[in-house]
Amino acid sequence: MELALANLEVFAATLLELARQDPDLLVVTSDSRGSAKLAPFAKAVPGQIVEVGIAEQNLVGVAAGLALAGKKVFAVSPACFLTARSLEQIKNDLCYSDRPVKAVGISAGVSYGALGTTHHSLHDFAVLRAIHNIIIVAPADNFETREAVRAAAESTTPFYIRFGKKQMPHLPRVEPGFQLGHASLIREGADLSFLACGETVAPAYDAAELLAKDGVNCRVLSLHTIKPLDAGAIRKAATETGGIITVEEHSVSGGLGEACAGLLLQEGIHTRFKITGFLDEHTATGSQAEIFHHYGLDGPGLAGVAHNLLAKR
Amino acid sequence: MLTERELQLKSVRYRKALLRLIKACGAGHTGGDLSCLDIINVLYNRILRVSPESFKSPDRDYFIQSKGHCAEALFVVLADRGFFPEKDLANLNRYGSHYIGHPTRDVYGVEQNTGALGHGLAVAVGIALAGKMNRKDYRVFALLGDGELAEGSNWEAAMTASHYRLDNLVAIVDRNGLQITGSTEDVCQLSPLDEKFEAFGFAVRRCDGNSVGELLHNLEAVPFRPGKPSLLLARTKKGRGVSFMENVAKWHHGVPTDDEFNRAIAELEAAEAAIV
Repeated sequence: MELALANLEVFAATLLELARQDPDLLVVTSDSRGSAKLAPFAKAVPGQIVEVGIAEQNLVGVAAGLALAGKKVFAVSPACFLTARSLEQIKNDLCYSDRPVKAVGISAGVSYGALGTTHHSLHDFAVLRAIHNIIIVAPADNFETREAVRAAAESTTPFYIRFGKKQMPHLPRVEPGFQLGHASLIREGADLSFLACGETVAPAYDAAELLAKDGVNCRVLSLHTIKPLDAGAIRKAATETGGIITVEEHSVSGGLGEACAGLLLQEGIHTRFKITGFLDEHTATGSQAEIFHHYGLDGPGLAGVAHNLLAKR
Repeated sequence: MLTERELQLKSVRYRKALLRLIKACGAGHTGGDLSCLDIINVLYNRILRVSPESFKSPDRDYFIQSKGHCAEALFVVLADRGFFPEKDLANLNRYGSHYIGHPTRDVYGVEQNTGALGHGLAVAVGIALAGKMNRKDYRVFALLGDGELAEGSNWEAAMTASHYRLDNLVAIVDRNGLQITGSTEDVCQLSPLDEKFEAFGFAVRRCDGNSVGELLHNLEAVPFRPGKPSLLLARTKKGRGVSFMENVAKWHHGVPTDDEFNRAIAELEAAEAAIV
C-alpha cells in the first residue's frame, strides 16, 4: 500500500487547525515539541504552547491545573515516559479529579525500537485500562488519527491517545466515518477475524490480503478505542467468523487481546482465539519493522498465525 | 471581616470541632490537622476571595491542599464558612460518604482531589498560569506539608512557577518538622528550605505558622515580590494547641482515648476563656 503521512504529523496538523479556532486550546510539552512535530504549531500560535522542560509528572499536574481553570489541554510526551513516570498524575490529577486533559503519547510502542526498553511503551494499555474514567485510543492511520484528535478535543472525559512516528498507509474502509468506542470495519470476511489496533491494523490487513490468495477470507477490524471497548463488534467477530486473532503493539499481558478474551469468556462465547503482541520477555531491539517481524507482527507472520489457528479444531 | 482576636478564637473553636470530629469517626491526621489549622483559618476567613456563592466563579481565588491527609482541618473550616452544613461531617469516613480521609471534589468547596503527596503544587501552577494567560487577577494558594517536599515533583513545579514568573501563586509550607517516621531532618534532611526555594526562584518569607497575626501580616502582603512566586515558610508545631500532642510524632494519625480527649478539650476551653 502507498504510504501517506506519519500519524504524528497528522496529529500536529490537526491540533494546529483546532488551536486556530479555539484560543483556549493549549499544548503542554516536556521538551517534546520537536519529537512531536509541534515546532510549526509553536511558531503559528506561540501563546498556545506551554513548555515545562523534561518533567513529565509536572507536565500532567500543570495540565490538570490549566484544565481546572477552563483550558482545553493536550499534554504531549513520549508514551513511554508519559504513562509510566506520570502514571500517578494521570490516575489522580486527571482521572480521579475528572480533569479532561488529553494525554498524548507520541512515538508509542516500539517506535523508538533501537533505543531499548526505556523508550518502549508496551505497558500503557494495561496500566491505563485499570484506571477508571479515561478513554484510550490508538488510531490506525491518518484518517483515524485526525478524527481521534478532533474527538479528544471535544471530550469531557480524560483521554489517552497514542501513535507512532512512521509513515502509515491509508487503509481501506468498508464503512465510512469514525466513532469513538465503535470499531472500524477495514475488511469483510467470515473465515477469521483480525482485531487490531494502532499501527498493527496495517499488517493485519496485509495478512488478510495474503490469506485471501489461499482462499481464506478474513475480517479486519480497527479497534481504535481500547477503552471503552466495542463489545458488540467483538461478540460479532466471535460468532460470525471462524475465530479471532488480536494484534497489538503492546505486551500480550493486559492489553487489547486480554480485554477481548475476558469479554468473550465471561459471556460464555467460545471460539478459536489467539493473542499476538509482545511476549513477556526483554524486548528485542532494532527498527520498528524489524521488531514487528521478530514477533511475527507483519503480514506473513500474522498469516502464519491464522493458518495455525484454522488448523485447530 | 474578623479581627485578629476573633481569628484566634476561631482557631481554638476549630481545634475543638476537629478533635470532636476525629474522636467521633475514630480516625484522622490529628497532629498535622492541628499544625495547619491556623493557616487554613486565616486563608478562609481573611485572605481567600472565595465563598460558597462564588465558588464556581472563574474569578475566585483558588486553594489547593497538597497535604491532603489533613482533610479534617479543611472540612471543619469549610463547614464553618458555609460550604456545607456542619452536621454533614457526622458522616466522615462512613461507608458511602463523600466525606473521606482526603479532600475530593464531591465535597463542595474542594477544588481538586488530593491525598497522594507531591501533586498539589503542579496543579496550582497550572491554575496560576491560566490566570496569567487569561489576564485574571485571582490568586492561587497551595498548602504543602514539609515531609512531602521529598517528592521531586514539587521541585519540578517550583521551577515552572518561577520560569513563568507566577506572582499570583502562593505556596505555604506547614513546617512542623515531623513526619510519620520522626523528624523530617532525620528522615531526609529538608533544611535549609528557605534557601532552597529562593534558589528555585521564589520570594520567601518566614513566620510563626501558628500565629494568626503573623500569618495575616504575611499573607496580606502577597506577592512578596512582583514577578516571583511567593513561598511562606510557616513554622508550626505538630499537634499545636494540645500540650501532650505537641511535637510528638505518634499523633501523626493518633486518635485520643476518652481521657485524652477530655483533657484536650479542657485545655482548649481554658484557652478559649483566656481569649474571651
